[in-house]
Amino acid sequence: MSTTVSSSRPGKPQPGANGTDTRAAAVSAKPVTWKTPLLLTAFGLVALVFFGLLAPSRTASFGISTGSDFFQLPALEVNAFAGGLVLSILLLGLAAYAVFLRTRDRQVPGWLTVAFIVLFTAAFLIWVVGGARTPSISLAGLIAGSVTLAVPLVFGSLSGVLCERVGVVNIAIEGQLLGGAFTAAIVASVTQNPLIGLLAAAVAGAVVSMVLALFSIKYLVNQIIVGVVLNVLVSGVTGFLFSTVMQEDSDRFNSPPGLDAIEIPVLSSIPIIGPILFRQSLVGYLMYIAVLVVWVGLFKTRWGLRVRAVGEHPQAADTLGINVNATRFWNVTLGGAVAGIGGSFFTLVAIDSFTKEISGGRGFIALAALIFGRWNPFGAFFAALLFGFADNLQSIVTIIGTPVPSQFMAMLPYLVTVLAVAGLVGKSRGPAASGIPYVKG
Amino acid sequence: MKRHPRLVTDWPGGGAFCWLHLTGPQPACPRAAPTRLVLQPHIPSGGSLDASRLVRVLKLELRGITKRFGSLLANDHIDLVVEPGQIHCLLGENGAGKSTLMNVLYGLYEPSEGEILIDDKPVSFRGPGDAMAAGIGMVHQHFMLVPVFTVAENVALGAEPTKAAGFLDLDATRSRIKEISDQYGFDVDPDALVENLPVGVQQRVEIIKALVRNANVLILDEPTAVLTPQETDELLDIMRQLKASGTSIVFISHKLREVKEVSDTITVIRRGKVVGTADPAASTTDLASMMVGRAVSLVLDKEPARPQEKTFEVRDLTVIAPNGQHVVDGLSFDISRGEILAVAGVQGNGQTELTEAILGLQERVSGSVRLDGKELLGRSVKEVLDAGVGFVPEDRKVDGLVGTFSVAENLVLDLYDKPPFAKGISMSPAKIMENARARIGEFDVRTPSAAAAAGTLSGGNQQKLVMARELSRPLRLFIASQPTRGVDVGSIEFLHRRIVAERDQGTPVMIVSTELDEVMELADRIAVLYKGKLVGVVPAGTSRDALGLMMAGIPPEEHSHAPQAGLSAGRTTINTSDAEGGDHA
Repeated sequence: MSTTVSSSRPGKPQPGANGTDTRAAAVSAKPVTWKTPLLLTAFGLVALVFFGLLAPSRTASFGISTGSDFFQLPALEVNAFAGGLVLSILLLGLAAYAVFLRTRDRQVPGWLTVAFIVLFTAAFLIWVVGGARTPSISLAGLIAGSVTLAVPLVFGSLSGVLCERVGVVNIAIEGQLLGGAFTAAIVASVTQNPLIGLLAAAVAGAVVSMVLALFSIKYLVNQIIVGVVLNVLVSGVTGFLFSTVMQEDSDRFNSPPGLDAIEIPVLSSIPIIGPILFRQSLVGYLMYIAVLVVWVGLFKTRWGLRVRAVGEHPQAADTLGINVNATRFWNVTLGGAVAGIGGSFFTLVAIDSFTKEISGGRGFIALAALIFGRWNPFGAFFAALLFGFADNLQSIVTIIGTPVPSQFMAMLPYLVTVLAVAGLVGKSRGPAASGIPYVKG
Repeated sequence: MKRHPRLVTDWPGGGAFCWLHLTGPQPACPRAAPTRLVLQPHIPSGGSLDASRLVRVLKLELRGITKRFGSLLANDHIDLVVEPGQIHCLLGENGAGKSTLMNVLYGLYEPSEGEILIDDKPVSFRGPGDAMAAGIGMVHQHFMLVPVFTVAENVALGAEPTKAAGFLDLDATRSRIKEISDQYGFDVDPDALVENLPVGVQQRVEIIKALVRNANVLILDEPTAVLTPQETDELLDIMRQLKASGTSIVFISHKLREVKEVSDTITVIRRGKVVGTADPAASTTDLASMMVGRAVSLVLDKEPARPQEKTFEVRDLTVIAPNGQHVVDGLSFDISRGEILAVAGVQGNGQTELTEAILGLQERVSGSVRLDGKELLGRSVKEVLDAGVGFVPEDRKVDGLVGTFSVAENLVLDLYDKPPFAKGISMSPAKIMENARARIGEFDVRTPSAAAAAGTLSGGNQQKLVMARELSRPLRLFIASQPTRGVDVGSIEFLHRRIVAERDQGTPVMIVSTELDEVMELADRIAVLYKGKLVGVVPAGTSRDALGLMMAGIPPEEHSHAPQAGLSAGRTTINTSDAEGGDHA
């Protein structure tokens, strides 16, 4: 007799045992749709036409090493026409396999989608660089820049993870980033200490979050509306203070000392990996730590189990003696602090001063990264990296001069966001009680 | 394959079990009341114990508990004593105040008046945490399980064993689950995701949750409402085992057969008051009238069917699920006018898909469904309804009602766009209210007013509301899924009479039910489904055992060859998969 649950039904002669097994499996299986195979085929054809057949027969060169690396690797050189053709044929092959799987009523596996994205990106890169005025870019610089641009996104989406996992939708990430950026600039300028500025940014983010928590948890105001209002409020307040206080005396109030990159000797000279992992500012290192800590915390500790239970089924948590609303309040506050630290990146690391709307909508991209990353810290991290990559690629490609109008390239990060969230995520399931206030009884 | 029926008393290591209760690690729970060690004098029949059971039990007493919600008096000075090691049943109709009382006991509600005593000492619970610490566990009617968590995570939640720095020690929980599973023969995989488990197994997870917290009193709130007959029998056996090991049980139910089968004491509650106690040996009729407050007839008076011409025909109906499985597989049957066909089967054997396919709610459907000679497949739901099909869905809350709409609006959900309720693009509120008052009176729907939100009504009244809507227009076919699930005795009687009345008006009626009692009571013919296929169609008088075998997929012509391990054996069996060795890893 098998050991599955269904076999324990008593009094049921043999034929019953297996039948219930398959039925249980059937209920949990996701419906197979044509969406992914068709989407892949369409993109494969686009790749074949544009990146393959219409590509110029020039050599695209990708630098791998930078001058400071302790050993040099030769640059990667690819003929744009041949490379594009080969890659697009591979892409069509993957798409054909997806169609084949669909006809057999089977799911398209995740690795296939990921492989497709990677190959498509490579084909796109070769095509863009091959057609540029100077057909050469530094791959190392492209990747390191992507990580840098992704830092505030990662903090933002971690904030989203912390809030949504506990059942509160955090639309105010943008406001928390902006609040953090502003506070970091002004506090660091006044104290001339970037560390105090960093701390102040966390506090500012937490304060914005507390307003969100108070209104959505205690006064049961719609969480989306509170979030949107907070974004507008923070934008207005920082904009006002910027023009009335900061611009009046920018030496005193808007010249924060920056947080410089801390190089770890030897390790930072490894090609490609070195600059990403071992040549970062304090905020950059904090990002890696935060991703790890949030993941371990959520999935390996008592705190995390309770947080997730509150976000999934608050009533169950309540009947087990967990204080639902207190758990929510403090986690939302923590989420705000994390986003605040992300905001300090703008004024302490990237640019050495605050300007109006310095976060530039990245809080919303962070929200998309959260969904694309399926409410998982690592998923959010890689999703944020993807958006950072698109962002960086856009600026580099504009510099080297491409046949594509720069306005189109500027759309790239947002296009990637829309495609990623709408097309490739599939039906991802967030925490069940996210956005629903908990009222006892 | 050997199948050892495992009796309550003969699980391996019964002695070790007692030892565990005495010397096993007890969590440091702040117990307000002193605990007693008592000799359990009760030895279950059917076997003797080689050692006396020494278990810690506590006496629970509720004194003058009153709970008001605004002007509503949900509990009115209720006194209740749960003696140690007893199964104490709270019997009462839906909305009588049983669940409120138990929520007070579990610390979820604060009583307006009255006190709770444990071992004669008054205690007060500020939350479920206090109640659990005092040894009270509760299995809620709607399970309090996180669907996306594993069994172990659900069991650990709130009382998590941890290693250093707050890291979860799920291994400790896993071994506790295994320990309890082995003791009671639960056969629960600690790493299974709860949402993938059948309802019956989820319920065991809830019981494990309480046992892990060393509950001495277990409150089971309507535990059988969601179970199939087999699962119910298993649960009753589990309850007997728990009692034998010294756990007191407060069993909330309105199903008389179960109550009589396991209870030691019965307290009947009606409209928030204790109306008396009853002996489990009392007749079901007496219990029912005590509960409802008037004489009820439990036997349905039903004239023999006078079937007329066949107007509803299903031929080779096949429904393919999104994953490619044939959930309904080549069904063919007919129903005549003036006849009730009951579709029986264990839940999940294609009943839902069958009814949905007829109504036009399923996508991949083939075959033919003809009503009065007209094909129904491939038509929109609206067209099917207009063809005269009345449909009561199995989940009234999700598919039968719009909870936030008023009772009056719910009563015209199918006719809102037709005269007299609509004129052109406008609706006639006066006509809708008039209709509502008539239906509410006719079906005895207990509602504060026709304008009250349907979601605020009790389950039985919601069901009456759906039935009232569906039966209030001329029908050519009436389909009802689980027509009385979660409905109290008084309402069941009424709903059954309405269904038979519809039949007597000459409507073909199809009833889908997993309750064998209901099937046997209503049916003129019984069709049994198993894995989407029709096992057979048998006449109304077929025996319970024969139907049970059919529900397991054995067609009637093979019954003489089948092993006699049918339903009757199932009564005493808890688990047959790990009778030897107790290890099922």
